[in-house]
Amino acid sequence: MLELEGVYAGYKDLRVLWGISLRVGEGELVALVGPNGAGKTTTLRIISGLLKPTAGSVRFYGCSLDREPPHRIVEMGISQVPEGGRIFTGMSVEENLELGAFTARARREKEQRMKWVYQLFPRLEERKNQRAGTLSGGERQMLAIGRALMAQPRLLLLDEPSFGLAPILVEQMFEMIQEINQQDVAVLLVEQNVRAALELAQRAYVIENGRIVGEGSGDALLSFESVRSAYLG
Amino acid sequence: MPTTVAQSLVSGILVGALYGLAAVGLSLVFGVTKILNVAHGELLMLGGYASFWLFTLLGVDPFGGIPLSMFALVLIGLIMYQLFFSRLIKLPTEDKIRNSLLIGFGLGLILQNIALRLWTADNRGITTAYAGATFTVLGVRLPYVRVASLVIAFVFLLALQLFLRRTYIGKAIRATAQDWEAATLMGINVHGIYRLSFVLGAALAGAAGTLVAVGYSVEPVMGMHWTLKSLIVLVMGGIGSIAGTLVGGLILGVTESAAAIWISNYRHVIGLAIFILVLLIRPQGLFGAKEG
Ligand SMILES: Nc1ncnc2c1ncn2[C@@H]1O[C@H](COP(=O)(O)OP(=O)(O)OP(=O)(O)O)[C@@H](O)[C@H]1O
Ligand SMILES: [Mg+2]
Repeated sequence: MLELEGVYAGYKDLRVLWGISLRVGEGELVALVGPNGAGKTTTLRIISGLLKPTAGSVRFYGCSLDREPPHRIVEMGISQVPEGGRIFTGMSVEENLELGAFTARARREKEQRMKWVYQLFPRLEERKNQRAGTLSGGERQMLAIGRALMAQPRLLLLDEPSFGLAPILVEQMFEMIQEINQQDVAVLLVEQNVRAALELAQRAYVIENGRIVGEGSGDALLSFESVRSAYLG
Repeated sequence: MPTTVAQSLVSGILVGALYGLAAVGLSLVFGVTKILNVAHGELLMLGGYASFWLFTLLGVDPFGGIPLSMFALVLIGLIMYQLFFSRLIKLPTEDKIRNSLLIGFGLGLILQNIALRLWTADNRGITTAYAGATFTVLGVRLPYVRVASLVIAFVFLLALQLFLRRTYIGKAIRATAQDWEAATLMGINVHGIYRLSFVLGAALAGAAGTLVAVGYSVEPVMGMHWTLKSLIVLVMGGIGSIAGTLVGGLILGVTESAAAIWISNYRHVIGLAIFILVLLIRPQGLFGAKEG
């Protein structure tokens, strides 16, 4: 459903991505792992249209995203949970979720969708009238994911959803991601937590210095020697 | 004499509500777009002249004509935004503020000169049949038009508050003000939101200008004065708090007219003194929340 081909991109004079090609199939759970500064976030920004490639192409269900502004890309079915969640701290939990369903398509089924999100994260329902800024780190991350799901994405981009969470919460977070994926939502998961991500994912890409240097099933990469030594210690 | 004091307190409240209404447009635009439009006072002036023309040329009642002068300002605001400010919108915040100051000063001067051409440098008022009518409460004289203006200013502020709190678009505006990139990721067209906020700010300036014209008077050079008042109120009230903006306006109005009793030559200095005090003691404004 998603296809990046030879994508180059950067900020001002700094080139960050050097010909990235990757693919996410319908309903697939794909991990993107790599060291700090490798270009993982940049890749997700490209997919969401926050940054435009200088060369190469991004296609979603065969349609080029090159000319689409970011809000249209959300409407087309790609939602992103950015690094750190970036929830609207000044608004209530429920308002955050409502905003997630801002697109015309999502707004029509807002109520049912919210029920589903509350089912996934009962904690959010208990706190729905609370200001989002008062939530704990884990709850914020749940809200960020719930908010992204409100847009009814076909593809969910997750940028380090386990970052800063206690180990027990990390485990829950990964179970949650699996559950979301089982609801027929494709997931592209960026993670520092390489072992857990590779175990969870059906396929994975390894990115270094803006280039894809490894690709395969999660299991295959787990046993891949250079990945083992670099990330799994 | 206590009546003099009461009288000047009341005048302060009456003008303070207009300060609040003038400032809320500037605050909305700045809070959402990070454009500091120092030509906001000139927009207010144009709103005043719009209702002056509507009254003298077409006989439209100034209060009844508020929607018309707001509509005129919607058009002017839209042109101003599309031609000038929209070019800044993608710059980083600091550059945006700096450049918008330059553009705003330039536009302010241009609008001032246009106003000089169209309406001369004379002070203009709107002399309706009820213009001079007053009523007296406990020895304090209250002009009907100014009291009506106060009520209308309150209604506008309340309506704006409800719009931002309750409607989908209002929430999208608040989201964009907080984190435009996260707002984009919700499928919100932030450029549309920027334009809408700017135009809304202009429309509010139009309404405020009408109320100033009908309760006081208008002249081409008034813009700078109103921009300055709005900035003072904005700093006092904190960005993004409508209640804060209103209270800030009232405080400014009341202190100014209180000061005028004793030190009449310095009444405008008082506003600036408060401005600096607030900046020193509570940089987030009297009502502005700290981040988090
Ligand atoms: N807005 C920006 N302006 C300039 N350079 C940037 C910007 N964002 C990222 N970079 C640079 O681009 C490179 C890749 O950054 P990116 O955020 O994509 O890495 P990442 O793989 O997500 O890293 P991390 O694991 O630390 O999140 C880095 O060298 C970074 O300094
Ligand atoms: Mg990153």
